[in-house]
Amino acid sequence: MMADKLIPTPSQTVGPFFHLGLARAEWSDLAADNPQGQRIAIEGRITDGDGAPVPDAMLEVWQANAAGRYNHPDDDQADKPLDPHFRGFGRVATDANGRFRLTTIKPGPVPGRGNALQAPHINVALFARGLLIHLYTRIYFADEPANAGDPLLSSIEDGAVRDTLVARRDPAAGSPPIYRWNIVMQGDGETAFLDI
Amino acid sequence: MPNEFLPFARPRAGTQPPYLYRDYQSTQQRAPKRAPIRFEHTLSEITGPSFVAHWAGPDATDLTRQHKGEPLGERIIVEGRVLDEDGRPIAGTLLELWQCNAAGRYHHPVDQHDAPLDPNFTGAGQVVTGPDGSYRFLTIKPGAYPWRNTPNAWRPAHIHFGVFGPGFVTRLVTQMYFPGDPLLAYDPIYQSTADREARERLICQYDPDLSEAEWALGYRFDLVLRGRLATPADPV
Ligand SMILES: [Fe+3]
Repeated sequence: MMADKLIPTPSQTVGPFFHLGLARAEWSDLAADNPQGQRIAIEGRITDGDGAPVPDAMLEVWQANAAGRYNHPDDDQADKPLDPHFRGFGRVATDANGRFRLTTIKPGPVPGRGNALQAPHINVALFARGLLIHLYTRIYFADEPANAGDPLLSSIEDGAVRDTLVARRDPAAGSPPIYRWNIVMQGDGETAFLDI
Repeated sequence: MPNEFLPFARPRAGTQPPYLYRDYQSTQQRAPKRAPIRFEHTLSEITGPSFVAHWAGPDATDLTRQHKGEPLGERIIVEGRVLDEDGRPIAGTLLELWQCNAAGRYHHPVDQHDAPLDPNFTGAGQVVTGPDGSYRFLTIKPGAYPWRNTPNAWRPAHIHFGVFGPGFVTRLVTQMYFPGDPLLAYDPIYQSTADREARERLICQYDPDLSEAEWALGYRFDLVLRGRLATPADPV
């Protein structure tokens, strides 16, 4: 019975002024404390249903460390080390052109359900004016062989939709490698969002 | 490898706002057209950032003493608890809040409302919840402000709240409103949640026992996050 359950508080939009309470420039660099792993940057742009850049959006990201372990008590993978220099959480707001840049390390693969293994990925929450409730999505890496066996990627039949979750390494970039990954909030090329 | 955990419950129909809500104009270009892909929770969803070591910085719970002088407006105490839907306290989680000043103006470059800025008020605070999930802020009551959703639209007085909870999927960003505000009936952001009981969770309650004589009015506001399902996630 639901009788003694409390109703969870409804979400409300962050609105256009969220920077006042949420902007923390230093949180866009998850690798600031020199964690183990390959340092990477993720750059992209967020556009709306008119193809216009979204200058008032914010991303929060959550990821495992280079070994594939989350810095959280419920991740009890004793065979993988925790990295005291990696928290795994980041936040970045878009600029006036809808662009963002995150610096982090490439996460390791993490367990899925049953015996499945999930390819390396970064979990993303998108907040903006005009979003009454945030959207969830994920960033995978195009040059990662484990993608072929990833339960979420494999469940998406439409290749074009699947590709919206995959960041591509910029061949022109030097060090650290830059992965490009855009979000289309609505319409042609719309990003695959998750109901989780 | 961990292979058993309790996933988080999904919200009941109507108790959260939809992506597309026509009366809130900005949703029309920003709501996805395709239904989100349903995906059962893994370690990626049930874990999330922890803030017990105060890595987000020290608590900032008195918004009336962040400048040389005192801000203008009605002093208020906002106190409450962060709970899950089973009533369990969420301890050690980060709560961030932001608001406009008593005249209805945000300390933000994008806010062009023709109301005075208050040099003694920024309007941002944060706290890590205590062992019983509790928090307490001292601030001033925010004013109503106009927005361009429709001609002559006004947002009811509100304080923006963000809280994390134990997992990435318990993240909540919301707004707290004040009891008896006539603008609530006209506000599409407030009205976007269909279930009346759920919607009323967004309104704080005046608490005479929380008020301090000759000093400040007390309001109580609890935040309720998704709870765990009763059975483990893992398929046989
Ligand atoms: Fe606001």
